[in-house]
Amino acid sequence: MTNTSPAMTPAGETVLSLRGICKQFGAVSALTDIDLDVHAGEVVALVGDNGAGKSTLVKVLAGVHQATSGTMTFGGKPVALTGPNDALALGIATVFQDLALCENLDVVANIFLGKELQPLALDEVTMEIRAWTLLNELSARIPSVREPIASLSGGQRQTVAIARSLLLEPKLIMLDEPTAALGVAQTAEVLNLIERVRDRGLGVIMISHNMEDVRAVADRIVVLRLGRNNGVFYPDTSNQELVSAITGAADNAVSRRSGRRQAERELTTEERA
Amino acid sequence: MTSDINTKPAAPLLDRADTRVRHDAGISGAIRGFLDRVRSGDLGSLPVVVGLAIIWTVFQSLNPVFLSSNNLVNLLFDSSTVGVIALGIVCILMVGEIDLSVGSVSGFASAMVGVLWVNAGWPVGVAILAALAVGAIFGLLYAALFNRLGMPSFVSTLAGLLAVLGLQLYVLGSSGSINLPYGSAVVNLGQTLVMPHAVAYALAAIAGIAVLVSGLRTAARRRAAGLTPQSMAGLVARALILTVVLEIVIFYLNGDRGVPWMFGLFVGLVVAMDYALTRTKWGRSMTAVGGNREAARRSGINVRFIYMSAFALCSTLAALGGVMSAARLASASQQAGTGDVNLNAIAAAVIGGTSLFGGRGNAYSALLGIIVIQSIASGLTLLDLSSSLRYMITGGVLAVAVIVDSLARRSRVSHGRA
Ligand SMILES: Nc1ncnc2c1ncn2[C@@H]1O[C@H](COP(=O)(O)OP(=O)(O)O)[C@@H](O)[C@H]1O
Ligand SMILES: [Mg+2]
Repeated sequence: MTNTSPAMTPAGETVLSLRGICKQFGAVSALTDIDLDVHAGEVVALVGDNGAGKSTLVKVLAGVHQATSGTMTFGGKPVALTGPNDALALGIATVFQDLALCENLDVVANIFLGKELQPLALDEVTMEIRAWTLLNELSARIPSVREPIASLSGGQRQTVAIARSLLLEPKLIMLDEPTAALGVAQTAEVLNLIERVRDRGLGVIMISHNMEDVRAVADRIVVLRLGRNNGVFYPDTSNQELVSAITGAADNAVSRRSGRRQAERELTTEERA
Repeated sequence: MTSDINTKPAAPLLDRADTRVRHDAGISGAIRGFLDRVRSGDLGSLPVVVGLAIIWTVFQSLNPVFLSSNNLVNLLFDSSTVGVIALGIVCILMVGEIDLSVGSVSGFASAMVGVLWVNAGWPVGVAILAALAVGAIFGLLYAALFNRLGMPSFVSTLAGLLAVLGLQLYVLGSSGSINLPYGSAVVNLGQTLVMPHAVAYALAAIAGIAVLVSGLRTAARRRAAGLTPQSMAGLVARALILTVVLEIVIFYLNGDRGVPWMFGLFVGLVVAMDYALTRTKWGRSMTAVGGNREAARRSGINVRFIYMSAFALCSTLAALGGVMSAARLASASQQAGTGDVNLNAIAAAVIGGTSLFGGRGNAYSALLGIIVIQSIASGLTLLDLSSSLRYMITGGVLAVAVIVDSLARRSRVSHGRA
C-alpha cells in the first residue's frame, strides 16, 4: 500500500459536491447534514453499518429520492434532481443495491432500457453487440443475452446491472454493494473495473461492507453513521479505527474479537519461544 | 454452413463463448427449444391453438354448418369488432392495469356516430373522428386519475363503466336507437365488403415474403456482426408454412364471399400494434413498466407517459370497436356495448396469452383469443342454445384461461423465466 496521508488531495477537479443534504422519510431522518466531495479520477468508498443511510444517499444522488434540504453541485454547477432522468442526463450512473432490473426482459433490453438505439425501429443487432462487449469487459459468464433476466443467477444479474451503468459513458458512477453477490474472480474483476474507470478520470462512489475490498481500491473512505458524516479516512487507516467510526464505539464486538485473537496469537508465540 | 469447413473456427462467435449452453440449430433444434420453453411454462400461443382445435372439432361434429365457408366469413365479420377492443385490452394489460369500461366506451362511441352523423348531419368521417377523440379523452381521464391521484384502474374504470353507459343513454335520448343508412360506405364495410379474391391471395403472399425478407436481412446483419444468425432452414420453413396456411384459409373463405375488409382492418391494426410493442422504444417501455415499474422509472423512462399512452390507446381502440360494431349492426342502440362485450374483450386478450399480471403478452393474442370466443358464440348460436348457456360457457373458458395463465406464471418463476 502506498503511503497516503490526509494532506494528499486527489488530482482531479471536483465532480460532485454535497453540502448539508438531509432526507426525511416521515418521522425518520435517514440523512442529516451530509457533506461529500467526489473528484474526477477518485474512488470514494462509502461505509457504514446497516441502516446508516448509504443507499438513501445513493438514491438521492440518482434522482430516485429528492433531498429534503441541502445543496448539490455537479461539475461546478448547482443542480436539483427532480427525477432519475435528470441524474442520467448529467452523467450519473448507478448500480442500485436491489439492481432494479426488469425480470421479464432479456439482458440486452435491460442494459439498454430507456436508452434504446433507433426508437422507432430498434437496432437489436448493434445493441446485442454492445451488450456482449460490455459483458466481456467484465469477464461476465452469461449464457445468453436473449434469455430473460429471471433465468440468471444473482451474480450474473449484478454483472448485468454493472454493465448497464457503464453504457452511457458517465462522469460519476455509483455502485451500491456491487460485489455482494459475486464470486472471488468476479469480485476481483469488478475491483479491476473500478480502477480502470477511475483511471479514465471518472468519479466513483462505492459502497461495500468488505473492508479488504474498500482498502484495495478506495482513495478515500467516508463513514456514515446513523445518517450523519462520521469521519473521512484513508486506506492506511487501521481496521480498528475504521470499525470504531462505523460502529461509533472504541469498545465493540469487532475490536473485542480481534483483540482476543491477537492475544491468542501472542500466547502461542510465547509458548513456542 | 459456409465453405470454410477446413479452416478451424479461430474464435467462437461473440454469443457462443459459454460452452455450458446447448445451442439449438436447424429445425430439430427449433422443435427442441420449443418443447423446452413449453415445459418451463413459457406457453405462448400453444394453449389457445389446442383449445381452438378442440372447440372446432366439437362444434363441427355437433353441427356440420359450423366450419362452412359461409359461417366462417360471418365469424370473421363478428370477430373484428370485439377484436379491436381486445387489442386495446392487450395494451392496458401489458402495463399491468385493466380497463373495465371498454364495453361502455364502445357503446358510447357508436351512439355518438349515430347522433352526429344521422341526426346532426355531420360528415361520417368527422363523426367517427369525434367518437375516437372522445374515447381517447376517457382514457386520458383514467390516466390522470391513476397518475395524479393513485386511483387504481380497477376502480376508476368500473366507475367509468357506469358513467359512460349513462352518457350513452343520455345522448341517444328517448328514441333509444338510431338506424345507420343502408348502402353507406360504413355500413357496407361492416356487412358486405370483402376483399377481391386476388387481393386476398396477394396480401397473404406479401405477409410470407415480408417474414422471409426481414428474417434474411436480420440474419445477414447478425452474420456480418459476428453473432449467430438464425437458422436459415427454420426461417424458410416458417415463411413457407405461414404463406401456405394463409393461402389455404383464404382459398376456403373465397369459396364463399371472401375475406371481409373489416377483418383486414383488424389484422392490420394487430400487425401495427405488434410492431409497436416489439420493435419500438415505446413498446419496450410498456413491457418494462408492466414487469417492474420502479426499475423502469430508475432507467429514466417516463412512466406516467407510458401509463397515459396505454389508457388512451385502450379507450381509443374501444371507441373504434364501437364504431365498427355500429357499422356491423347498421344501428346505434342502447344495447350497444352492453352485455358480454366487456368480458369478451378481456377474455379474448387473456385467452390469447396476454397475462393479467402485466409485462407479458402480444398483439396476436387479441386475434387468436377473439376467434376462440367468437367460435364458441357462433357454435352455440348454431346449436340454438340460449344466451344463458353462452354466458356460462364463456365464463368457464375465461376461468380456464386465467388458471392456465396463473399456473404458467408459477412454472415460469420456478424455471427462471418469470
Ligand atoms: N423508502 C423509505 N421509506 C422510509 N424509510 C426508509 C426508506 N428507505 C430507507 N429508509 C430508512 O432510512 C434508513 C437508511 O436506510 P438505507 O439507506 O437503506 O441504509 P443502508 O446504509 O443500509 O443502505 C433506514 O432506517 C431505513 O429504514
Ligand atoms: Mg443499503
